[in-house]
Order: sequence, then structure tokens, then C-alpha cells
Amino acid sequence: MLLAQLTSWESMISPVAERIVLVGALTNVACALVGCYLVLRRMSLMGDAISHAVLPGLVLAFVFSGSLSIVPLFLGAAAVGLLTTFLTETLHRVGRVPADASMGVVFTSLFALGVVLLKRYVTGIHFDISCVWEGMLSKAALETFDFGGWQIPEQLKTILPVVLLNLFVIGLLWKELKLSTFDGPLATSMGFSAPALHYLVMALVAITTVASFEAVGSILVVAMLIVPPATAQLLCDRLARMVIVACVFATLAAVFGYWLAVYWNVEPAGAMAVVAGAMYGIAVLFAPKYGILSALRGNLQTALRILREDLLLMLYRVEEIDPKRRLKPTEARSAVGGGLLAWWALRMLRRRGRIEFREGTIHMTTDGRWRAARLVRGHRLWEAYLVKHLGLPLDHVHAPADWVEHYLAEPLRERLETAVDDAGRDPHGREIPG
Amino acid sequence: MLGTALLGATSGAIGTFAVLRRRALVGDMLSHAALPGICIAYLIQGRRDLVGLSLGALATGLLGITLVTILRRWTRTKEDAAIGIVLSTFFGAGIVLLSRIQQMPTGNQAGLNTYLFGETAGITRHDIWLIAGVATGCLAVVALLFKEFQLLSFDMDFASSLGWPTLALDLVMMGTLAIVTIVGLPLCGVILMAALLILPSAGARFWTNRLGPLLVWSAAFGGMAGVMGTFLASPLPTQWFGASWFDSSKLPPGPVIVLSASAMLVVSLLVAPRRGILARTFAELRLRVRIAREHLLRSLFELGESQLPERPFVEESALVSRPLWNQWTGPWSLGRLISKQLVERQGTMLRLTPEGLAAAAEVTRTHRLWELFLVESARIASDHVDRDADDVEHMLPASLIRELESRLAAAGRLPVVPQVVPESPHEL
Repeated sequence: MLLAQLTSWESMISPVAERIVLVGALTNVACALVGCYLVLRRMSLMGDAISHAVLPGLVLAFVFSGSLSIVPLFLGAAAVGLLTTFLTETLHRVGRVPADASMGVVFTSLFALGVVLLKRYVTGIHFDISCVWEGMLSKAALETFDFGGWQIPEQLKTILPVVLLNLFVIGLLWKELKLSTFDGPLATSMGFSAPALHYLVMALVAITTVASFEAVGSILVVAMLIVPPATAQLLCDRLARMVIVACVFATLAAVFGYWLAVYWNVEPAGAMAVVAGAMYGIAVLFAPKYGILSALRGNLQTALRILREDLLLMLYRVEEIDPKRRLKPTEARSAVGGGLLAWWALRMLRRRGRIEFREGTIHMTTDGRWRAARLVRGHRLWEAYLVKHLGLPLDHVHAPADWVEHYLAEPLRERLETAVDDAGRDPHGREIPG
Repeated sequence: MLGTALLGATSGAIGTFAVLRRRALVGDMLSHAALPGICIAYLIQGRRDLVGLSLGALATGLLGITLVTILRRWTRTKEDAAIGIVLSTFFGAGIVLLSRIQQMPTGNQAGLNTYLFGETAGITRHDIWLIAGVATGCLAVVALLFKEFQLLSFDMDFASSLGWPTLALDLVMMGTLAIVTIVGLPLCGVILMAALLILPSAGARFWTNRLGPLLVWSAAFGGMAGVMGTFLASPLPTQWFGASWFDSSKLPPGPVIVLSASAMLVVSLLVAPRRGILARTFAELRLRVRIAREHLLRSLFELGESQLPERPFVEESALVSRPLWNQWTGPWSLGRLISKQLVERQGTMLRLTPEGLAAAAEVTRTHRLWELFLVESARIASDHVDRDADDVEHMLPASLIRELESRLAAAGRLPVVPQVVPESPHEL
């Protein structure tokens, strides 16, 4: 085990590793840059669609140009990418096919067309279809050129311009893209054509997809278009931060993905996708604002607060009916539903000095009684308000007031009091504490 | 061929629900998410056993669906991104496992590869029985839960307000989808399976507005795509038609099935009655012709209105200078009116025939009734109503005209005999 770690660490800092990670990271960043806009536009699967649909474009470009040089492939792919977008929109608008179905129709058909064309016309060269899925990241290590004494991977020649292109377009049209992403009709009405910008984004996606294909394969393209931006979306509320965070995650996915690939001795592209997915999973659980755990914590806190307030309310009412009577903790807990939460809520009340335990029974402190009175006041004011202004019958007002009492702030209570103006009595005839 | 037809029909019927629920791409996700399951099943079993692999695929497929549902409900991630995330991450994990299997000493992963890209030629009798069984099972589920699925597809909230277990029903629906997808995978491959779920029902949607017929159409389309695709990719067409240009030996059956389905979709898009492009274009053209004719009749009526009940001749140039004259459709519609003997021509002079006058009076009456309605009820200034009425007059049904008449008559705004055209509320 230790030995394996040592070897992997060594291979991690070798020049080969550096090259692979460099190519992987740049590819991922290129994808993440445009991916942010895809995710925000709720067009995430357009990435999947385009990455499959470009196949006929690639084949035709290859057939017509007769070579695998990059420029015709780019042109063919960008053209088919735009065609995919256009056909999807047209089928949706003219044919009234639902948007997701029309996307599915178009990209599967184009992909099938691509496969047929491939089988018919491209017989001479070896076109390994699994390399489309998995990519040839390891090639980065082998094919290099000399640049000022450094061995630079060949694939950087295609990836780096695409990263720069994406950065350039996004930087140049930052405002316009932002506006059209979040409010297309407003952008159009202000003179920036949202459809044109949409097609621009899709063209960028197509170009990025093709550029990344060779290096990382289609599946990692889809992963990198969607997963890092979605992760960033869970963590940020501002577009600029989201783009930066997405790029950081994309880079991290490349680094750790490669590490994992070496460690397990598996395909780097797949491992990078898995790492990106794992980072998304962590973000889903632990994101400070939108994570599941923070949501659960928020729910728990609210539940505990409501239980504490219910306990205080109950103690107050018991004292009101029979000033001598004091409840035992078990009675109090079972009265609010019992269970661990009730136990915890009672304990919190004691630690905060709202109640005291004396001779096995619960006594409210002055502070506790004051707080309970405020809650009861809110409850009864709300009941009075419901009866007076909404005309609800008497036996229908307790339950809604039970809900609302926990959310009545002081200013609202004051306004309720002026609205009710009922000489300090609730509709049941009980006193509203001052 | 029987196998692909069966598979096409089943996936067509089941896919209908996915398309209706706006979840067309779930099939795509399922077929990607199946890969890690296949690999895990292979690792556990150590050999290629169809049932075991399918169960593994089904397990991860269902896990994927569950994850998508959870992500959509509990996080900020939208449905499309959730599908994409699950799809790519699961597939990435599958690739990782696959390259792991390749390194194993026993690693014969050729069998696993067919799972990804499909091998229709390799359908055995055993597979056909399997597909037939699954098809019967799934169709039985659909038949049994037809009412439930129908409501679920169109009004989820109503279904849950009726107290139905929508989540469970949803899972059953997605479960049948998953089973069909997993069974079809080794035959069609990842992408083509996704296509088989979406294409037939998208095409069938053009032909009917009712769910029952939709399922039948969709199953028929799917079955036909299976038959056509397998036929075109088999050596048969070359033998039968002697077509030397048609070299089917280079055609892979899977993609050809998909392309047949897309061809059916395109044909449906064009020629389907009511929803097809041709039918809709034709209907729109007819409407335009009618509008042009009615505008001409009204222009002629209004030009001669001051001399009623005489039918005076008017100069054609006077007609051309009216705002309603359309230089593109005008001459043609005028010719049609003359040939239908609604208008008669003497030199450059035009005149309504008695039938033409009646028709023109009817058209003008509709126009003015709507103008009067706008003035009276919508309180729009009388010089603003002409254009609005121009747009609406052609669409007003006879019942509405009668109602307008009775209302305006009750308000005392109509002459006693309602056949008479009321006066225009504005200057002509």
C-alpha cells in the first residue's frame, strides 16, 4: 500500500504527469467556462447532445478535407453544433415537440447518421469508437514539441486557443451574456439579441467539445460541461464567482482524477469525471447555503425553536388555569410530542435559564415567564384578529394561531393589537397578557 | 427482425410516458448509468451472464433515477443539470471499472463492449423470448395502470390531491422504462436505445391528441422502425431489388433503425393531418385567401354604400387606393370574386352582383358589429376600432354575431331589422 502510494506520488510529479494534468486541466477549464452558461440557461443536456451530434460533422469534414487536420474538423463540428441547436429549436417551435424530446430526437438522429456515414465512407483509417468515449489523454505524454527547452504536449496547440477563445468571448460579451442568460426577453428588448447570443454559446460549446474530444473523450466533456458549473452553482450566488469557482473545480478534478487514475491504474478521463462527480456530491451535502446538511440543520433548528416555544406556551397555560400546578419533565415532554427532540428542547430551555427544575417539577423563571407571555400574546392576538377581521368561527382559530404564533415579530404584534383593539381579551374570553 | 420490432414497439409505448412527462432524456441517462452496473455485475460474477449483467445495469439505472429525483427536489440543481451530472459521473465510473476489468487476467471485455454499442445481429432465440416476456410484462403494467399513468402524465398535482401514491406510481413508470432500456441495451447500444424511447412517440404525437391511440401509434412506429431498419441493413434489399448502388453490407442495423424512426418523424411532421406542417400551412393559406376576399367585398360595399339600394359601378383605381387593398393578394382575389360572379366588371368599372352585395353586406355587418361592441362595451374611441375589427371580424362565429346583434339591439343601437348593416361609427 505504502509502496503504491510512493510510486503514484513519484509518477504524480514526473514530467509525463505534468503534461497529462496540464492538458486535462486546460480542457476541463475550457469546458467549465462555457458550461456555466449551459447550466444557468438550463440547457445542460445541450452539451451531451452536441457532443454526440458533432459526429456527422467530423466525418463529413474528414471526408471532404481528406485529413484529420484540426481546422476543417472545427468548422464541421461548429456547423453541426449550430445545426443541432437550430433543428432542436425548429422542431420545438414549428413541430410543437417538447423541448427535451426535440433535443433527444435531433442528437440521436444526427449521431446515427454519423455512425452510418462513418461506416460507409471512412474505411481507410482506424477510427476506434471507444476512443471517442474515453479519449486519449495518455497521448499527451507522448507527443510533444519543444518550446524554449520545455516539452509541450501537442494537444495544447488545440486546447489552448479554445481556452483563450472562450475567455475572450466571455470577457468581451460579459454583460450581454449575463443579461441574456438570466433574462432573455429583457436582453432582446434592450437590443442584444438573446437568440443570437444563444447560438453563439452553442457554437462555443461545439468548438470546445471537438477540441476536447481528442484529449478527454466525449464523456468527460459532458461531465466537465455540467458538473463543475453545477458544483459552483451550489456554492455561489454571483456569476463571476461561479465561473471562477467552476474553473477551480475543473482544475482540481484534473489533478485528483489523474492521481486516482494512477493509483488505481485506470483511464484518467473516467477518473476525472468520477472525481468531479464526487466533488459535486460533497458540495450537495456540505454547501454552506444550498447543501442538504445545512438545509437539514436549518430545519432542525426551526423544529427545536418551535418545540421550545410550545413548551413555554404550555407551561404558561397550565399556570394560568391552576396557579399551583407544576408539570413533571416527562409530562411536559409527552405533551409536545415526546421523543429525543422534546428532551433536547427542554434541556435547551433549562440551559438558557428559561426554566428550572425544582423537586422534580418544572418552574418557569422570570425571563421564561416573560417570553411565554409574549408568545401567548401573539397567539391570542392572532385568534382575535382572525375572528374579528376574517369572521372565522371560534373553534377554527386555535389551529392557525398555533402555526402563526412562532413567526409573529414584535412590530407585527403591535399592529395586530391596534387592529384587534379588544380590551385585552381573546375570543375565548381569556386575558391577552400585556 | 422480430426482436427489433418487438423492442421498438415496447420502447415506443413506454417512451410515450417519458416524453409526455418531459423526461425524454431520462432514457439517455438510464442507458449511460447502466454501464457501472454492468461492470460491477461482471466483477462479481466473473463471467458474462446476460441476466446478471442486466440486473446490475438495472440496479445502477434505478440508483441514477433516484439520485436525479433527490437532486431535483432537495438542491438548487435543476433537472437537466441533475440528469447530466448523474449521466456523466456514472458513465465515468463505468469507464474506470471497464479499464480495470481490461487489466484483469480473466478480462475478456469484448462481451461488455457489445453492451455499449449494440449487436442486433447477435439476437438469439433466447433473447427474443426475453424481449417478448419483458414486452408483455411492461404492456400489462401499462394496461393495468393506464388510468393512473394517464393522470400522472398530465396532472401530477391533481393525482396527488386525489390521494394517489404518486411517488410510487412514478417509480413504477420509471421502473418499466428502466427495464425496457436495460433489455434493449445489448441489442441497440446506448444512444440508439435512447432514440428508440423518444423518436416513435415524438412522431406519433403528430397524429393524435388522445393517449390511448398515441400509445398504439407510438408502438406501431417503433415496431415499423425496427422492421425497416433491420431490413435495410440486411442483405435482402440488394438481393430483392438488385440495386447495386445500395450496398447494405456497410450499414449497421442500429443506426439505420434510428434513422428510419427519424424519417417517420419527419414524414409525420410534414403530412400529419391538423398538426403537420403541410396541413397547418394549407389551413393558414385558406384563411388568408378568405381574409383577402372579405376585405375586398367590404371595400366594394363601402364604396357604393351612399347609393344603396342601387349597385353603382366604382372605378378599380378607387378600390386600389383603399387601405384594405393588398397589392399581392388583391388582383388574384378580385379575379376569383369575378369568376364566382360576386363582382362584375365592365372595363375598369367594378360592381357587386346581387349575390355579391348580400355577401358583402354580411361581411360589413360583422365588422361593424364588432366595432360597435368595442365602442359600447370596451369603451374604445370610435376612431380606434377599425383596425381591431379588421383583425377579428374573420374569426367571429355566427353565434357570437347573433349575440352581438341582440345586445346592440337591446341597447337601441341597431336598426329594427337586423339584416340591415348598421352605420359605421367612424368616417369611412
